Amino acid sequence: MNIDRARITQMITLEISGLQALLDALAKRGYRVIGPKLRDQAIAYDDISSVRDLPAGWTDEQEGGHYRVTRRSDDALFGYAVGPHSWKRFLYPPIQQLWRARHKGSAVSVTPVPPSAERFAFFGVRACELHAIEIQDRVFMNGELADPHYKARRENAFVVAVNCGTAGGTCFCVSMNTGPGVKRGFDIALTELVEGGAHRFVVEAGSDKGREVLAALPQHAAKPEEIKAAEAVVAKTASSMGRAMKADDVREVLMRNLDNPRWDHVAERCMTCGNCTMVCPTCFCMTVEDSSDLEGLETSRSRRWDSCFTMDHSYVHGGSVRGSAKARYRQWLTHKLATWVDQFGTSGCVGCGRCITWCPVGIDITEEVAAIRNSESR
Amino acid sequence: MAPVTEKKAAVTVHDPMLPRVARVRKRQRDLADVWTLNLEMEDGELLKFAPGQFNMLTVFGVGEVPISISGDPAEDGGGLVHTIRAVGTASGALTRLGLGAAVGVRGPFGTSWPVEEAKGNDVVILAGGLGLAPLRPMIYSVLANRRHYGRVALLYGARSPEEILFRSELEQWRRRLDIELQVTVDHAETDWYGSVGVVTTLVPRATFDPHNTVAVVCGPEIMMRFGTAALRKAGVPDQSMYLSMERSMKCAVGLCGHCQLGSAFVCRDGPVFRSDQLGSLMTVKEL
Ligand SMILES: Cc1cc2nc3c(=O)[nH]c(=O)nc-3n(C[C@H](O)[C@H](O)[C@H](O)COP(=O)(O)OP(=O)(O)OC[C@H]3O[C@@H](n4cnc5c(N)ncnc54)[C@H](O)[C@@H]3O)c2cc1C
Ligand code: SF4
Ligand code: SF4
Ligand code: FES
Repeated sequence: MNIDRARITQMITLEISGLQALLDALAKRGYRVIGPKLRDQAIAYDDISSVRDLPAGWTDEQEGGHYRVTRRSDDALFGYAVGPHSWKRFLYPPIQQLWRARHKGSAVSVTPVPPSAERFAFFGVRACELHAIEIQDRVFMNGELADPHYKARRENAFVVAVNCGTAGGTCFCVSMNTGPGVKRGFDIALTELVEGGAHRFVVEAGSDKGREVLAALPQHAAKPEEIKAAEAVVAKTASSMGRAMKADDVREVLMRNLDNPRWDHVAERCMTCGNCTMVCPTCFCMTVEDSSDLEGLETSRSRRWDSCFTMDHSYVHGGSVRGSAKARYRQWLTHKLATWVDQFGTSGCVGCGRCITWCPVGIDITEEVAAIRNSESR
Repeated sequence: MAPVTEKKAAVTVHDPMLPRVARVRKRQRDLADVWTLNLEMEDGELLKFAPGQFNMLTVFGVGEVPISISGDPAEDGGGLVHTIRAVGTASGALTRLGLGAAVGVRGPFGTSWPVEEAKGNDVVILAGGLGLAPLRPMIYSVLANRRHYGRVALLYGARSPEEILFRSELEQWRRRLDIELQVTVDHAETDWYGSVGVVTTLVPRATFDPHNTVAVVCGPEIMMRFGTAALRKAGVPDQSMYLSMERSMKCAVGLCGHCQLGSAFVCRDGPVFRSDQLGSLMTVKEL
């Protein structure tokens, strides 16, 4: 059943076949569709073309330093939280060549690597991840000095968001006011309903692009009880957060505690491996590398993700400014939760919990903040 | 933190990470490991700049480093004069480039010395080692508009007599009666007749009215810390002191994260900061 465009301002319901039609519609419009897939014992973001690519019936167990995929009792397609990947790797690839220079005799011509024309459709973007993208927009699309590579990929992207039906063990989006329901920044948003053998998606368009895609899908107008059930899914998730952090005054708490002994305590555990920065969907640090072919006829510069946990990050001639693990952990945490606010008018943390889960020793951002906060009242 | 000093010159390139090609037109050895390079843009642009700003210089196939502009803002091409100490891979490669060699240039970037704010005040210029190079455009500006300023003191410290930068210019400035020049060295053999001691010891000896003074400080971080302390002790308020911070820089446009100092991106909100705006950022260790 196709319904006309004007009526699709309302919520609709898709069956599994409708979801497949959505994937097909995106592919047909030339999008490269990326979505969750079970890969190497984790739920990763990868190319998908079929509903069968999605991790049906899987969930994840997450704790400090612990991640494991396990079976669910139902066939939910989105019944897990976020995995080690974030959409950052598509909007801001880990390695990006910036320019090439050709050397001929003494002549040199520098040519920029053109921004990618790739059009991504992100399928299954969580509320916290939408916020993370919004945060990176502020970093990379800052007016006259905007990054052309990020800008091109971002402006071409189509976003299919999904309201979370299961909170991860390390999630704290409720504290950061970034989830578990999506509010803005999507073209299409889904809420998955799996109960009593029925498997449906309550769907909402967030943009004209989204409305246009939805218009052609087999669907029915969402029934009031379906909309109610969708709202209940989000409410239930919100009430089962794995973690919490008091966030309203965290900036002030951290900035007046730059010499707190807790930094020494965390430094004894932190291996400065930088995992937390790699999995974090907002961390944006990068470094550049120049290379040259053997004859020096072509040279180039690339940028790649970097981490404030490396010694190199703050290296100036004579040594690193932040030589100790303590200084580097403090830089990371205060940047995320405090100085980020001064720089970009928003926190740098969306409460996705990845840094907790993927820390090999289970260092927990919420616990570190609480410890510093509690040390004040002692 | 808000940008501190005067307006930034417009960045003319559109892809902010794309260098433009310049050529080495003149190279001069200043010290055993320090060279001044005069560059010229292939597209002829003269690169307007404000004293205190820096460029990102690329040796193709080697790397890119931030280098302050040390030229005269009143001269054509002054924005393409750089004084470089060979300390590592890229800086070393820059100093080894021959005449006509290609250099990639991005810039100018960053905030500038308070050339305008200082007008009507005494000016204290406190330089340590190579820190004299980023201050030289400020010195040129002040001397070119000398009547707009009160007393001017240039206090310079080098490690040893052999390490004194821009010797012939210092001699010229010494001969001027409208600038007080004092030079000291940390260590010297017997043939040095000047002062011995760290540069901060020159502060109490200089003549200036601390309440109507603008002080600019550039040198190693530790020297700037002691330098601002000496000025503070002499009665100069932090609101009247400016210093130029050095941090790792990979982009110069607020994207790579390397240059962060508290909430400031030194490349964009600095390198020149007013001392009171740095505040505790200078005293917390390893920030
Ligand atoms: C705003 C500003 C203005 C400046 N102005 C001037 C100026 O006018 N004149 C001047 O001479 N200098 C100036 N400098 C300093 C100059 O930029 C550095 O000396 C230069 O970047 C050194 O680079 P290099 O490749 O030669 O040194 P290297 O030490 O070879 O390389 C530095 C880089 O290599 C890596 N690295 C090398 N060794 C190590 C190690 N042991 N551990 C970790 N990482 C390492 C790091 O990534 C580091 O960023 C300025 C710096 C700034 C920020
Ligand atoms: S700091 Fe941790 S919880 Fe916050 S956004 Fe980054 S990875 Fe997620
Ligand atoms: S906090 Fe954990 S993940 Fe982050 S650098 Fe330290 S050990 Fe690695
Ligand atoms: S040098 Fe890259 S952010 Fe300042």
